[in-house]
Amino acid sequence: MKSWQYLQFWQLPLSWRKPHGRLSQVMLFLTLLTLVVTIAALTYGDYPVSWLDVVKSLLMLPTVDPESPWVVHTLRLPRVLLGWLVGIALGVSGTILQGLTRNSLADPGIVGVNAGAGLAAVSLIILFPNAQLALPLAAFGGGLGVAVLLYLLAGTQGNSPLRLILTGVALSAITSAFTTLLLTFGRINQVTQALVWLVGSVSGKSWEHVWPLLPWIVVLIPLAMLRSRSLNALQLGSDVARGLGSRVERERSGLLLMSVALASAAVATAGTIGFVGLISPHVGRRLVSSDHESLIPVAALIGGLLVICSDLIGRSVFSPTEIPCGIMTAVLGAPYFLFLLHWSQKK
Amino acid sequence: MSPLMKRPNALVTRHLSLGYEGKPVITHLDLGIPAERITALVGPNGCGKSTLLRGLGRLLKPTAGTVYLDGAAIAQLSTGAIAKLLGILPQSPVAPEGLTVRDLVAMGRYPYQRWWQQWSNQDERMTQGALLMTRLQKLAERPVDTLSGGQRQRAWIAMILAQDTQILLLDEPTTFLDLAHQVEVLELLWELNRDQGRTVVMVLHDLNQACRYADHIVMLREGVVFAQGEPTEVMTEEIVQQVFDLECRIVADPVAGTPMCIPLSFHARRVRTE
Repeated sequence: MKSWQYLQFWQLPLSWRKPHGRLSQVMLFLTLLTLVVTIAALTYGDYPVSWLDVVKSLLMLPTVDPESPWVVHTLRLPRVLLGWLVGIALGVSGTILQGLTRNSLADPGIVGVNAGAGLAAVSLIILFPNAQLALPLAAFGGGLGVAVLLYLLAGTQGNSPLRLILTGVALSAITSAFTTLLLTFGRINQVTQALVWLVGSVSGKSWEHVWPLLPWIVVLIPLAMLRSRSLNALQLGSDVARGLGSRVERERSGLLLMSVALASAAVATAGTIGFVGLISPHVGRRLVSSDHESLIPVAALIGGLLVICSDLIGRSVFSPTEIPCGIMTAVLGAPYFLFLLHWSQKK
Repeated sequence: MSPLMKRPNALVTRHLSLGYEGKPVITHLDLGIPAERITALVGPNGCGKSTLLRGLGRLLKPTAGTVYLDGAAIAQLSTGAIAKLLGILPQSPVAPEGLTVRDLVAMGRYPYQRWWQQWSNQDERMTQGALLMTRLQKLAERPVDTLSGGQRQRAWIAMILAQDTQILLLDEPTTFLDLAHQVEVLELLWELNRDQGRTVVMVLHDLNQACRYADHIVMLREGVVFAQGEPTEVMTEEIVQQVFDLECRIVADPVAGTPMCIPLSFHARRVRTE
């Protein structure tokens, strides 16, 4: 039995290790589940569209109701797609952060990366209302700032999971306090705009919001997957990684940048959606293993699925009132985090 | 001079100084590690034996001096190139939850991988070989954290075996293992040395095990090599007294014939057989 794959493209032999045995089944299952939930999300809404029409519009086939394709393509699809991409970014960001810190409680939201990105973005909205285009970059700067501070204050050896979490929570609190300060002194229009954005929501998003996020995902996710073996090495501890020939500092900073960039891109697009980065790698580890070659794609799909589901639930349970999906992920994620914390303390 | 010293050295240190954050542990050390032999670093707690091993394996940057690997200064070599020549296993490493034995052993192939060629026939062969040598084939799909201490240590050794290096450095490979598992690990290292001619350097706590399995013993005391040589040369009552501050008798190991250190005691009950 061969447990690796080989491809020959001209003179470039491409080969890779066949990851965990269950990976293909898990990926297939998650993809199908995502498709089902996507169709459900596209079907649900004020204007009645049958699920058959949804599928037909997606496949560009003639529909029963001539309005359906417009409703699906213009109103609903960008929102679902954006949620999916944001979920992917957060899921992979959390996976990288957990592997890097060897700490299964790490999450870009909990350790303050999201709050840092949020502060930078709110500052931009309130202080420079005309510079909206720089939002992703500002968010990235803010997220990176908090990540670097965290790195300096708590280290990344992971010998004390609680130390990292507590430092992150403290940084998160400080950053949020500055955000509140800005909101107090800002002009009312901009504050309203910032508040809506801060909650973390994919509502009212259109294609123009999807396009700026797409390049981050398209570039960073494959890059993260290429570095997954590096992440595997770092996960064994810095001494073992160094012994295996990994340039630990370089790899670590590169991966940290990737994680922060993904989380910040997600925050810049949809505000602070918490806990997705925490839950996705956890569930992923249960489904496959802690081998990042399998874990990264699985956690990405789980992250995407989580955000689409949260948005759908938030939209439907108290209809016609919409609950932003950032609140839904918190409602689902916070108890899960407490459970993990309790469980890790017991161990 | 023993015949051992005439062998080429796999690792040589020249005026090597090592320390942590300004606190010197080892200063101006000149040492040669014989190739294709088992060397044990022994000494009391805090004598710098682990620090020395970390220095030899380029995990710790020297504050002064140089480590030479097969005649080349280790600082001039890329860390990736070193990883193909020398494998190092730190003291009690921790595997992430859920990582299978096979995945862990496969990590030993890390230095050979490129982004376009993440796995090759050779990688697969070496991984299988390492699992076979450590008798872990049946446990290959089990998560490392569910194994017993001895099996876990074997899995880590399998990882550095898959790394396919001539030199193996191990920091206390027998800590936290019960006696049977200690012997199992040491026997494995012995086989690797005798069957494949690998150079093994290990930090050991147990003097009698060091005498039994090592060809060359380096005794450290307060960062200085106090004595080195074959077990029979180094293990004398005077040297043990001076290095460990312990009065003892040296007798021949009834099984292996190597020196065996029996500490004196003023309290232990003498059993008289009539």
